[in-house]
Amino acid sequence: MRPIKKNGVRIDDSFAEAFPMRGTAILITAPTRRWSRQAATTMTGFATSVIGCGCEAGIDCERPSNSTPDGRPGVRVLIFAMSSDGLQAQLINRAGQCVLTSPGSACFADLDGADRLPIGNDLRYFGDGWQVSKKFGDRHFWRIPVMDGEFLCEATTGLTKKAVGGGNLLIMGANQETTMRAAEQAVAAMNEVEDVILPFPGGIVRSGSKVGSKYKTMMASTNDAYCPTLRGAVATSLDADIGCVLEIVIDGLTEESVGEAMRAGLAAIIKLGPEHGAVRVGAGNYGGKLGPFHYHLKDLLP
Amino acid sequence: MKPFAFVLREEPEQRLDLAPLVPHLLNGKAAKDIALIELQTTRERVTVGDIFKIRSGSTDAIYFEGGSERFDNIGRELKGGEIVVDGDCGKSPGRKMAAGSLIVSGSCGPYAGSAMSGGRLEIGGHAGSFLGAPADGEMEGMTGGVIIVRGDAGDRAGDRLRRGTIVIEGSAGNYPGSRMIAGTLVVIKNCGALPGYLMRRGTIALANPPDIPPTFIECGIHELVFANLFARLLSPESRAAAKLFSRPLARYAGDMAALGKGEILLPA
Repeated sequence: MRPIKKNGVRIDDSFAEAFPMRGTAILITAPTRRWSRQAATTMTGFATSVIGCGCEAGIDCERPSNSTPDGRPGVRVLIFAMSSDGLQAQLINRAGQCVLTSPGSACFADLDGADRLPIGNDLRYFGDGWQVSKKFGDRHFWRIPVMDGEFLCEATTGLTKKAVGGGNLLIMGANQETTMRAAEQAVAAMNEVEDVILPFPGGIVRSGSKVGSKYKTMMASTNDAYCPTLRGAVATSLDADIGCVLEIVIDGLTEESVGEAMRAGLAAIIKLGPEHGAVRVGAGNYGGKLGPFHYHLKDLLP
Repeated sequence: MKPFAFVLREEPEQRLDLAPLVPHLLNGKAAKDIALIELQTTRERVTVGDIFKIRSGSTDAIYFEGGSERFDNIGRELKGGEIVVDGDCGKSPGRKMAAGSLIVSGSCGPYAGSAMSGGRLEIGGHAGSFLGAPADGEMEGMTGGVIIVRGDAGDRAGDRLRRGTIVIEGSAGNYPGSRMIAGTLVVIKNCGALPGYLMRRGTIALANPPDIPPTFIECGIHELVFANLFARLLSPESRAAAKLFSRPLARYAGDMAALGKGEILLPA
């Protein structure tokens, strides 16, 4: 496998293997930008991986007050899970515990589609009989009296069964500092792409995993082939000039949006170059047999 | 596409039932068959051809050139498409309409939008009494859609309103929103006595309120997110209504003589 070189950065002839997921989007508004961000951040906390968190969630983008339904600053949140039921449970728990509770918040649907997930339709019972239904055109809202006024929540939001989870880039550099710089610039570029989130802390994961373990109870364990400290001890995937690997994982509402995000991230890494950033970029897969979506790095180059 | 036009020849001599002249009943009919449709409400037979000159076109859009306060039941049970009346009409325009658009440029009689369940009814002039109300014996009035009245409305506008939005840009008569079950009623100019009489749930917003009825209880002044939202949703339909909803509103809960889960909102 001879790597492709772009601006001195080696690009593996490899692909990211991604999986179908269920996804949804909501818009959270609040009296100020700070509080809309606060509600969204709280709602998307502890949502890095479906395995341990039940869902993967993150902030897609912010919306200025002139483009939200109630004229207040908003934040768009995306949530992904493996099943519609799982997604529904996570959406209600998170909206109920993190958005309903957040001062001044309101919650709107932000994904069209025939398949719907209830939000306000479930949360309305918090109103204990004082909840008020309001319909206008084909939109349906619930007003739930709370201690700072009313929590306004759209009855349902859209569900897509065509979401894609697990798009990824493996960013390899000489040391933590340069690799982190490349990863951060890639994250910044990918955050500009609509309909995607990067569920891990700050968009970056440092503990990539492989399937299986020597311990019976562990489903997954550290990806030793990419651990720089084990370079001499295991069948490594790393070259002599690599001392640090960071991964970016991408979930998107569509197959195209995940590809777009990977393209944007690659472009940012390549632009930075190997001196101050990554020397090599790869992608994680399971041999192509598990996930139906294959994103080949060579097709995504700038 | 060119609308199917009915051009009024002269003021009819009797009240007419125009319920047959809706898109879903005219669809696929030839103009000469449409001209034979009977419209009389007395023993004297009157056909479409006697009353109107017909200019054929797409039956999805129907245009009445010239109206009359004797035109009853225009747009009855409308299921889609558009009807425009350039003039007045009589009682019950848009009664039981479920979808589509009905626009009356002039004024109309009582029971406009009676028990409608969807679509949009706009009346450029004044509406009679019982706007959106149920007919005798029915349990609920309007259950969906939007009614916009640019002029005044008579007594008991929004009687037994269940769902949907009514905006009266002029004044309303007595008892607006009587027996409301839910839904939203907005009155921009003056409003007669006892708004929300025996209302159970729902919202009545009054820009220029009369004395608040004694069975409504003050709940303070609030800036409701829902009001902001409705201001934006209503702004394409009525700027005056949008302006009312974008101000801080005093909330009065009632009617405590009934269920008491409704509200009257006034500019604070």
